[in-house]
Amino acid sequence: MVKKVYNSEQIEIGDDYMKVSKEEILHIANLSDLILEENEVEKYLSNLQEILNFANIVSNAPVEGLDITIGSNEAQNVFRKDEIKIFEDNKSLLQNAPTQDQNMFKIPKVL
Amino acid sequence: MDITELTVHELQEKIKSKELTITQITNAYVDRINEKEKDVQAFVTTLTEEAKKQAIEVEEKINKGEITGEFAGIPIGIKDNMCTKGVKTTCSSKMLENFISPYDATVVEKLNNENIIDLGKLNMDEFAMGGSTEYSYFKKTRNPWNLNKVPGGSSGGSAAAVAANLVPWALGSDTGGSIRQPSSFCGVVGLKPTYGLVSRYGLVAFASSLDQIGPITKDVRDSAILLNIIAGHDEKDSTSASREKVDYTKCLKNDVKGLKIGVPKEFFGEGINKEVKESLQKAIETYKKLGAEVEEFSLDIAQYSLASYYIIACAEASSNLGRFDGIRYGYRTPEFTNLKELYKKSRSEGFGAEVKRRIILGTYVLSSGYYDAYYKKAQQVRTLVINEFNKGFEKYDVILTPTSPTVAFDIGSKSDNPLEMYLADICTVSVNIAGLPGISIPCGVDSQGMPIGMQLIGNKFCEETILNAAYTFEQEVKFREKYKPQFKQNA
Repeated sequence: MVKKVYNSEQIEIGDDYMKVSKEEILHIANLSDLILEENEVEKYLSNLQEILNFANIVSNAPVEGLDITIGSNEAQNVFRKDEIKIFEDNKSLLQNAPTQDQNMFKIPKVL
Repeated sequence: MDITELTVHELQEKIKSKELTITQITNAYVDRINEKEKDVQAFVTTLTEEAKKQAIEVEEKINKGEITGEFAGIPIGIKDNMCTKGVKTTCSSKMLENFISPYDATVVEKLNNENIIDLGKLNMDEFAMGGSTEYSYFKKTRNPWNLNKVPGGSSGGSAAAVAANLVPWALGSDTGGSIRQPSSFCGVVGLKPTYGLVSRYGLVAFASSLDQIGPITKDVRDSAILLNIIAGHDEKDSTSASREKVDYTKCLKNDVKGLKIGVPKEFFGEGINKEVKESLQKAIETYKKLGAEVEEFSLDIAQYSLASYYIIACAEASSNLGRFDGIRYGYRTPEFTNLKELYKKSRSEGFGAEVKRRIILGTYVLSSGYYDAYYKKAQQVRTLVINEFNKGFEKYDVILTPTSPTVAFDIGSKSDNPLEMYLADICTVSVNIAGLPGISIPCGVDSQGMPIGMQLIGNKFCEETILNAAYTFEQEVKFREKYKPQFKQNA
């Protein structure tokens, strides 16, 4: 039961369509390489639940049989020659790196 | 004469007739920034000293005959998500607080080719995610009409700077309304071009299938002029369209006789503020008086568009913002024990709450088990929205709606309620979902003196139609002659 909505007082979407659990949001945060502090989890969880309940309007849209649209311009492949173009200004590229060494990005040990 | 009150085409005339020099113009803007920026807080980075120097150089070159060009020496402001070589591009985020781009965005290159002078980088919601510019990491920009109100967003700095005469015109970007809604809130003209008309190369990506750069200006003619400068195919952006060059000022005919305007009744529903509705009704009457054929019709897509917009935009953002990992550029956490922890802590400390919220939502709707229910459905809704607009454009040349359901709201009144903030985009997002052009122009003020915006939507690449419709209305109503920002402040 979806009502026409324009502000949150008018939202009437019923029960949580897909209930998100605490474990799930922590899993999603992990996939996103984000850390949620213990005191943040509840807030993000209730925000996410509220937004998903709203977003669930799409499940009632009359889209039976419609194709998906990925981008708004007509689907077409754009080809160009595979030519190497060298960006020569290494210095200005590397100046943004938090740490660098001998013209290279420096990162912590991986293995 | 107050130089900063003039539009760009008026400045051009005065340069031509030698009434004004380039240095006079730039100096007037620098003085204005020094006077008013403390109230408006529109800039993340000001380039006032650099601009003054550049104005002298440009003037010398013109005098020596080394350069010509009708825009040489005109100043501009640029939203801080467009890369400017050698100048910080922060996206109003702690993540990019110290980022200096090694290259210019294509639009910036085009401005440089015209010897247009950059007065600075303008404030925005962090990574363009928001509708009030309150989500900037650095500062809250204030609405020049009432300093206790938001300027809208995410291009709030750009719209406020144009309204407050801190810049003669500005560039903004629009993913779900981020040019049009702040333009509406600040009583200026904002154009979101058709997806693909302007290159996105060097625009920090938020949602790549929706993002588009466009002009924010004092009037419609300036909008057409700036679009002339920035439009065009770019091999560095494969989604940019190859089309014949158009002079968008040629379409400004001050005539809408026989123009077919469709008014979708769903965009005038119960959630739209009464005074906004009344002002739009008056605008409709004006169009009728001017000889346009106005008709009500049904376009029942607003809520589907909004829901699918937040799914698609967040999904794309969660992917686009994956690049911020604290390695090659951007914020890096000071303390970490291994690479994974470096990534996670840098991202968690570098992004603000709204950005994290959208990354989490985007990752959720793309994750296994929910992809079909949310993301795929949203993409089908996108097809539905395009089909419904196509039906509309079979009958009408222009679709007319409010730009925003309300006028500018109080600072702090929505910033803690993400969904409430999202609902403010209800009138604008469908235009991005379908990749259409849309322009917001002021059509009146409410009882508190806050500007109300009207949105005109055109079919793909029909910028000329909506520009002429907007221009004709503007010539009739003369909003700028009647109303000016008052810099009001509550005690």
